[in-house]
Amino acid sequence: MNPSHASEPAALPARHYLNAPATGFMSWANTRDHKRVGVMFLVGTTISFAIGGFFALLIRLELLTPGPTVMDAMTYNRIFTLHGVVMIFLFMIPAIPSGFGNFVLPLMIGAKDVAFPKINLLSFYLYLVGAAIAIYGMINGGTDTGWTFYTPYSTTTATKVVPVLLGAFVLGFSSILTGLNFIVTTHTMRAPGIGWNRMPLFVWSIYATSVIQILATPVLGMSLLLVAIENAFGWGIFDPARGGDPVLFQHFFWFYSHPAVYIMILPAMAVISEVVCAFSRKNIFGYKAVAYSSLGIAFVGFFTWGHHLFTSGQSAVDAGIFGVLSMFVGIFTAIKVFNWTATMYKGSISFKTPFAYFVGFLFFLVFGGMTGVALATLSLDVHWHDTYFVVAHFHFIMVGATLMAFLAALHYWLPKITGRMYSEGWGLVAAVMVVLGFNFTFIPQFLLGNEGMPRRYFSYPEKFWALNVASTAGASVLGFGLFIVLVYMLVALRWGPLAGSNPWNSRGFEWATQSPPAPENFETTPVYTGGPHEYDEDAVQQPALPAAEPKHV
Amino acid sequence: MNEILRRMLWLPEQASEHARQVDGLHYFVIITTMVAAFGVFATAIYFFVRYRRRTDEDVTPQVHPRAIHEVLFIGVPLALFLVWFAIGFPQYVRLSLPPPDAQDVFVQGKKWMWKFAYPGGPNAVDTLRVPANRPVRLLITSRDVIHSFYVPALRLKMDALPGRYTQTWFTADKPGRYEIFCAEYCGLGHSSMLGELVVMPEQEFDDWVAAQRRNVLAAAQDGGPSGERVLPSSNVVEEGRRVAAEQGCLKCHSVDGTRHIGPTWVDLYLRQQRLKGGKNVTADEAYLTKSMMDPAADVADGYQNVMPTYQGKMSPPEVAAIVEYIKSLRTPAVRSGPTEGPAYESIPRK
Repeated sequence: MNPSHASEPAALPARHYLNAPATGFMSWANTRDHKRVGVMFLVGTTISFAIGGFFALLIRLELLTPGPTVMDAMTYNRIFTLHGVVMIFLFMIPAIPSGFGNFVLPLMIGAKDVAFPKINLLSFYLYLVGAAIAIYGMINGGTDTGWTFYTPYSTTTATKVVPVLLGAFVLGFSSILTGLNFIVTTHTMRAPGIGWNRMPLFVWSIYATSVIQILATPVLGMSLLLVAIENAFGWGIFDPARGGDPVLFQHFFWFYSHPAVYIMILPAMAVISEVVCAFSRKNIFGYKAVAYSSLGIAFVGFFTWGHHLFTSGQSAVDAGIFGVLSMFVGIFTAIKVFNWTATMYKGSISFKTPFAYFVGFLFFLVFGGMTGVALATLSLDVHWHDTYFVVAHFHFIMVGATLMAFLAALHYWLPKITGRMYSEGWGLVAAVMVVLGFNFTFIPQFLLGNEGMPRRYFSYPEKFWALNVASTAGASVLGFGLFIVLVYMLVALRWGPLAGSNPWNSRGFEWATQSPPAPENFETTPVYTGGPHEYDEDAVQQPALPAAEPKHV
Repeated sequence: MNEILRRMLWLPEQASEHARQVDGLHYFVIITTMVAAFGVFATAIYFFVRYRRRTDEDVTPQVHPRAIHEVLFIGVPLALFLVWFAIGFPQYVRLSLPPPDAQDVFVQGKKWMWKFAYPGGPNAVDTLRVPANRPVRLLITSRDVIHSFYVPALRLKMDALPGRYTQTWFTADKPGRYEIFCAEYCGLGHSSMLGELVVMPEQEFDDWVAAQRRNVLAAAQDGGPSGERVLPSSNVVEEGRRVAAEQGCLKCHSVDGTRHIGPTWVDLYLRQQRLKGGKNVTADEAYLTKSMMDPAADVADGYQNVMPTYQGKMSPPEVAAIVEYIKSLRTPAVRSGPTEGPAYESIPRK
C-alpha cells in the first residue's frame, strides 16, 4: 500500500490519544485534549459540508431549466440562503483552523496542548449551539435573505431571520475563542529552538487567520445583532423608512465578511505550504516571503471591503482607493504562488493524492485570484457585479482553493490522526473527478456572468440555458467525486492499512512524534535544531529530530 | 477581432462606446491572465517531470531565493495590476460624470418592476425608451428594498436605494431592444423583475415623446388621472388586460392557471378562496377590488403577503377593467369569451 515504508508496522502504538485516557462518550464530551477537539470539529464541519453540498446540488437541479424545475421561488430563495450560511459559517470558517489547526498546531510547535484547553472545548460547544440555533431557524421559518442579510430586505422580510442571525452570532464567538487560543499558544508555548523564523508555515498562516478572527468577528456580531433588533423591534437603524441608512449595513457587514474570506483562504494556504514541501522533499523557497505575505493579507484585508460597493453610489475616489488596496491582496497571493512553484525546483516530487490536490489548488487559486483582481478593476466590476461571474470567482477561491486544501489536509494528515492509510488508487481517481467536475461546474458560470446573468435568479431567460445545463452536469461529477472520497475515507478509518508514524517521510515538525500521537503529544519537551522541511544531506543525516531535551525539573 | 473575442467570451451586444471600451479592457485582462497562468503552469509541469521522485530517500539541496527573485515576484504582478487599474479607473470615473446636456429619466425600482418617468411626462413601466446618440442620465431610487438597475448591453449597473438617489448615465448608439435586469436580490420576484431598454432613432423618439405628451394633455383635459394615458377602448376586457400588464400584475399572477407568486387569475372569479387563518371567502367583485386596495387584509392561504397596495395608483375605471378581465379568465369548458392570446408580451428571449 505504502511503498515509502519498507516494513509495515504490526500495530498502532499501544497508547495514543484515541484510547487514552479513556474511550467512552463522556471522555470525549469532557476532553481537554486539543487533538480530540480538533477531531470533533472535523466531524462537525464534514457533516455541515455534506448538508451544504446537498443544498448546492438542489440549487443546480433547480437551475437545470429556465423556469421552475423542482421547487417554487420561495423554496429556492431559502435553499440558496441555507447553502451560503451552512458552507460559510459551519464549514469554511471553522474547518481548517478549528479542525486541522487544533490538531496539528500544538504538535508543530512542540507543545503539549493549546494555551487554554477548557476554552478550546467551549469553542466546540459554542459551535454546536450556534449550529443548532441556525439549523432550527432554517427549518422553522426558513430565512430567504441570502447569507449576506442585506437590509432593508432582511429587516422587512416575512420569513424568520432572527434565529439564523443569532446562530451566526454564537458561531462568531466560537471563532473568536479559537483565534485567541492559537495566538496565545503561538506566542507562549513554542518549544526550545522554534524561533519566529523557524515556525512551520502552517503556524504562520493560522496565526494570521487568528488575528483576523479576533479583530473582525466582533464587528459581524454587532451588525447581526443590529439587524436582529431592527427585524424584531422595528428600530430604524438600516431601514430608510424609519430614518436608517441601508448602505451602512453593507459597510458593517463587509468590514467583517471581506476579512472573513481570508479566514477561509489563509488556512488553505497554510496547508498547501506544508503539502508542497512534504511532497517535493524540499525546503520552502522564500520562507520569509511566504510567512510575511500571510500577515500582509491579514492586514490589507481590513481595507478592501469597499470593493463590494462599487455600484452602490460610493464616491469614485473611495472606489479607486479600495480598488488599489484590493489589488495588494493579489500581490501577496502572487508571492505565495510563485514561491510554491519555485519550491519544486530541484525537489523530489511524489504525485500522491495530497499533491494532486495541491495541483488543483494552484490552478484554482491562480484563476480565482486573477479574476479577483479583474473584479477590482472598477469599470469591469460595474458589468460583473452581482452576476454569475462573481459567483464563479468566489467559488474558485472558496471551493476551488479552500476545498482542495481541505482535501489535501485530510489525505496528508489522515495517517497522523488515525494511524491508518486511505486507498491511494481511489484517492487519485476521486481527485481527478473533483478537479474536472469543479471546472465543468464553474467555468460556465464565468461565461454566464459575462453574458449578464445576475446571481440569485430562480428563473432565467432561455439564452442562459445551455451554460446552466453544463454547470449542473459538472456539479453532478463534482458531487460524485466527493462521495467517493467520503466512502473510501470511512473504509480507511476501520480497515485502512496501518501507516506507521511517518508514512510520507515528511520532515514537518508534527511528524516528529508517534501517529496517532500520545495524549500528551511528547514524552519530553523536544528541542529543535533546524527549520521545518529541511531535506538536504546534513539535515537528513542528523538522526533524531527533534532531540529530546535533557530533563531539568 | 472585437467580434471574435466578444463571442468567445459570451459577452452580450455592445450598445454604447463605453461598452466597447470596457470590453477592450476585458480582452486585455483575459489575455494577460491567460499568459501569466500559462507561465506558472508550464513551469510547474516542467518541474513535475524534471524533478519527479526517483527514490524514497532522495535528498534535495537547500535552495533559497535571492533578493532579485522576490522583487520580481512582487514587481511583475504589481506592474500588471496597476496597468489594469490605470485603464479601468478612468472608465469608472467617467460613469459618475454625466455631461450637462444629458436628458434626465427618473427610475424607480419596486417589487418587482421598474418605473420610468420623463420630466414633463410620460411615464412607463418596465420599458425605458431613449434616443440613440444622445446622453441620458438616470436618477435612480427604490420604493422598498435595494434593487440594482442593470443593462448588460451597456455594461452598466447602478443600485436603486430606498431613501436616496443614485445616478449614472450612458449614450446608446445602436438602436435596438436590450434587456434590463434587477441585479440585487429583492425577494420572490427578483428574477422576473425584467425590463426592456428600447433605443430609438432620435427623430422617432422625439415623435414618440410628442405623441405621448399630447395624450397626457388630452387625458388631463378630460378630467382623467394625470400622468396616466387613457386610451379609448371599446372592449373593457382588453383594457383590463392592458392595465394589468402595465401595472405589473401579471408578474405575480398567472393567466394560464400555473401557480406563481400570487394566486392565478384563471377561474378566480366566484371561487371559494381559503384565506390565511382558515376563513373562506367568495372571490367576487368586492373581494377582488379589496385585494387590490388593501392586499394585506385577506391573504390567500399558502401565499406570502408581498403585494403592494394599488390605492391611488389606478383610476376606478382601471380597477373595474381589471376585475372584468379576471372575470373573463375561465377554463375552456365554461369559457364564453373569445380565445385568449398571450396576455403579456414578455421580453424577447434570445
